[in-house]
Amino acid sequence: MKRSLLLSLLGLPLWLAAGLAMALAIGQPVEFDNEAQKLQYDTLVRELRCTVCQSETIHESNAELAADMRRRVYDMTLAGHDADAIIEFMVQRYGDYVRYRPPLQANTWLLWASPFLLMFGGALVWWRIVVGRRGMAERPDFTEQERAVLERLRHDA
Amino acid sequence: MKLRLLLPLLATLALLGLLFVGLGMNSRDLPSPLVGKPAPAFALEALEDAERLITEQDFIGEVALVNVWATWCSTCRSEKPLLMELAAGGIPIHAFNYRDERDAALRYLGVSGNPYRTIAYDPRGDAGIDWGVYATPETYVLDAEGVIRYKRIGPLSRQLLLDEVLPLVEKLRAEQLRAEKLREARGVAQS
Repeated sequence: MKRSLLLSLLGLPLWLAAGLAMALAIGQPVEFDNEAQKLQYDTLVRELRCTVCQSETIHESNAELAADMRRRVYDMTLAGHDADAIIEFMVQRYGDYVRYRPPLQANTWLLWASPFLLMFGGALVWWRIVVGRRGMAERPDFTEQERAVLERLRHDA
Repeated sequence: MKLRLLLPLLATLALLGLLFVGLGMNSRDLPSPLVGKPAPAFALEALEDAERLITEQDFIGEVALVNVWATWCSTCRSEKPLLMELAAGGIPIHAFNYRDERDAALRYLGVSGNPYRTIAYDPRGDAGIDWGVYATPETYVLDAEGVIRYKRIGPLSRQLLLDEVLPLVEKLRAEQLRAEKLREARGVAQS
């Protein structure tokens, strides 16, 4: 951790020289005017999906497209756009798919509801089993003859 | 009792059905939200001439294709003969040269022919983000008003051109003709 910090400090002048307009490499330090901007950037890059490497956020992806998207998020953040505007910008170009947290809307309700539906189904099955067992335990209807056989089996063993 | 046996079977079959449908889907075929929207604005150097600025206005005016390509993209190379045919057939093709090097791109076009009418040079993928480019090659169809009417992520094929792209181009050209006639008629009525 310390070492990487040192390395990034050493490299900083280089990066500044190269200009922040270059695509942002992973872990490349970026400078912000204030903490709010940094927070917004850090949050957004973890919420946007890299669309070529679909199981990664643009924060962790090595793809060039992800670097372009990070740079765009950075530029827009510095230009004063808020998080919603930036997400909207990406959604308009790449679709809902870029959002790692899909919005609740007509075509995603099943996605949002499915955990609860599954839980409900599981509870239903559990309830049926419990009720079934209770019925079994309370069944008193052995005949005298059956009771005698059971007693005998128990003692003989 | 019968229902209890049947239910798991039905549930399993439903799940298998879903998985089977999933097998046939390509997770890279993402719908483009840009279809139906005007061509996004951009301003880039022309590939051939760093002094000349190209904007989305240079792509607009007729029904046209916009192709995103690069010399490092081998699928772009393999779809290029189709583009050459289209260009020879009178369909204007504009292009973004995406994340490429100017010299390499010019040399490549010099050797294997240039199907493009206008080429915007986009070495950093700036316009790429604005146009929602995922990966090369990509092809858009613009109508005469500059609205994106179709987008293909991945290479074109002859079949795809015959089934989807060319019929669409025909349809859009007919629309354009109708709109022009309408405008003319209005102009005559006014004067």
